[in-house]
Amino acid sequence: MKLWEMTRLIRSKNAGPFELTFDIIFNNTAGYEKVRDARVISTQWVAKTYGVDEALVKVIDYPAAKAIKVTIPRPITSGDVLDSDVYGGQQHGPFVDLEIV
Amino acid sequence: MKEVRVLSATGMLGSGFKEDTIRRAMELRPHFIGADSGSTDPGPHYLGSGDSMFSSAAYKRDLRLMLLAGRSAKIPVIVGSACTSGSDIHLERLVGIAREIAREEKLSFRLGAIHSEQNKDYLKRKLRDGMIRPLENAPHLDESVIDRSTHIVGMAGAEPFVEALEQGCDVVIAGRSSDTSIFAAVPVMHGINPASAWHAAKIMECGAACMVQRKYPDCNFAIVRDDHFIIDAPNPDFYCDPDSVASHNLYENASPYELIEPSGILDTRQARYEAISDRAVRVSGSTFRKSDQYTIKLEGAELAGYQSIIIGTVRDPLILRQLDPWLTQLLVTAKQRIEGIYGAEIEKKYRLDLRVIGKNATMGSMEPEHQIGHEVGLLFQVTAQTQELATSIMKSVSHIAVHFPIPEWSGLITSIAYPYSPAEIQRGATYRFNMNHVVVPKTPLEMFPIEYSDVRF
Repeated sequence: MKLWEMTRLIRSKNAGPFELTFDIIFNNTAGYEKVRDARVISTQWVAKTYGVDEALVKVIDYPAAKAIKVTIPRPITSGDVLDSDVYGGQQHGPFVDLEIV
Repeated sequence: MKEVRVLSATGMLGSGFKEDTIRRAMELRPHFIGADSGSTDPGPHYLGSGDSMFSSAAYKRDLRLMLLAGRSAKIPVIVGSACTSGSDIHLERLVGIAREIAREEKLSFRLGAIHSEQNKDYLKRKLRDGMIRPLENAPHLDESVIDRSTHIVGMAGAEPFVEALEQGCDVVIAGRSSDTSIFAAVPVMHGINPASAWHAAKIMECGAACMVQRKYPDCNFAIVRDDHFIIDAPNPDFYCDPDSVASHNLYENASPYELIEPSGILDTRQARYEAISDRAVRVSGSTFRKSDQYTIKLEGAELAGYQSIIIGTVRDPLILRQLDPWLTQLLVTAKQRIEGIYGAEIEKKYRLDLRVIGKNATMGSMEPEHQIGHEVGLLFQVTAQTQELATSIMKSVSHIAVHFPIPEWSGLITSIAYPYSPAEIQRGATYRFNMNHVVVPKTPLEMFPIEYSDVRF
């Protein structure tokens, strides 16, 4: 099953102009716990997929909203000359089709 | 039971709300009406240039309804982060709009305008005294950064709002302020437990964003008490549930558990979210830890240059099969031509960048996919010290790019589809955010002078 099929929302967004944050909000507790406990969304996976230093990746479990949050530093500050996504809203693509077994 | 009833007009002033919703919400007898008017979301242009995200007409429409409702019920109207970035230009713009509305509607009120723009000498002294520290992933800060910033603002806490209200203001319009401070000030002033006040403020600052389906921007309503608060949408078409309210803590925040404010940290690890009807949610259990040091976050922007851009597309399969080396060679040739026209010293005065749409134009260096489709978009971008130079350089890039050869075709080819004539588009000044730091002021009010005036019509 793909990650998106278990969620009601996968989004990316700036957490201020210097950080990027991803929210994976699950449809139900079972799905949330399955993905959380399988550690599919790990600091290693994020670091490898996004090409960022693993030490700078934060993965936070948030059971109150059946959600997993990931925060990474922005490689380029929002709106700077080489930035490609001022709001940071289209950086979540690699999460969407992540295979969950 | 002691309670403060909070009406949030909308998540961002200028984005709108329904007239019918604010009318219904006023029947619930709020203690004040608040709205946030700012964001760094749309990028550094607004702080850098003094421009706003919305038109003055859009701000005026929303502020008019808030002022009419507030004056008729004799409750304060509080707006923070005026006109997107909350520098002095932004503050003056919104204060001017408030005065126009007062004249047109024959309203009278005591107005407090809280200034958030920062004095550069003050900041340099603070920097020398070691009273400015970097936050996460902060760029380098020294006095030259302060000097070249077009605007620097501090993000006000609740204290300047409380001060203005205690001085009898009916309307408070602030420059840059923490979104939550706008909504925490009145509950804190009434002695409500800060944990409850700040957590409710975090939900309210985004208007109806914590609803299960926020179909359009609209008002939100909270009843804030010492040990809990209740969120209950004043729009009958909207509802929230425990998940939607808890989820809101995730939004544009690095951590869902901690919200850092100038005076302390809201910790929601122990928060409980319970449905009290099919549309309202009760929240309790958060804590608020006062910080040892009061800190104010800085936001600064500086000019990064002037830009000209070209948008074009490529469909020829033979070019697409050798796209990367073709583009690399194209850029080298363009740079040589530019050097030929302007001399070797031009290199330090401009940069030429290319984004390949259909390859990695969205994620840049973070993109893990490398496949391209049957066409790609090219976005050439020249950044230079003046607009004239950026456009002059782009005219040469444009000509070289559109006829750049591949070995398979002989003769002169036209290798890029340009949708516009002229191909180049002048983008004007472009800015960059240059600070992610906090200052330690002597007092919470020191960085935020308040200007009082009596508006009488």
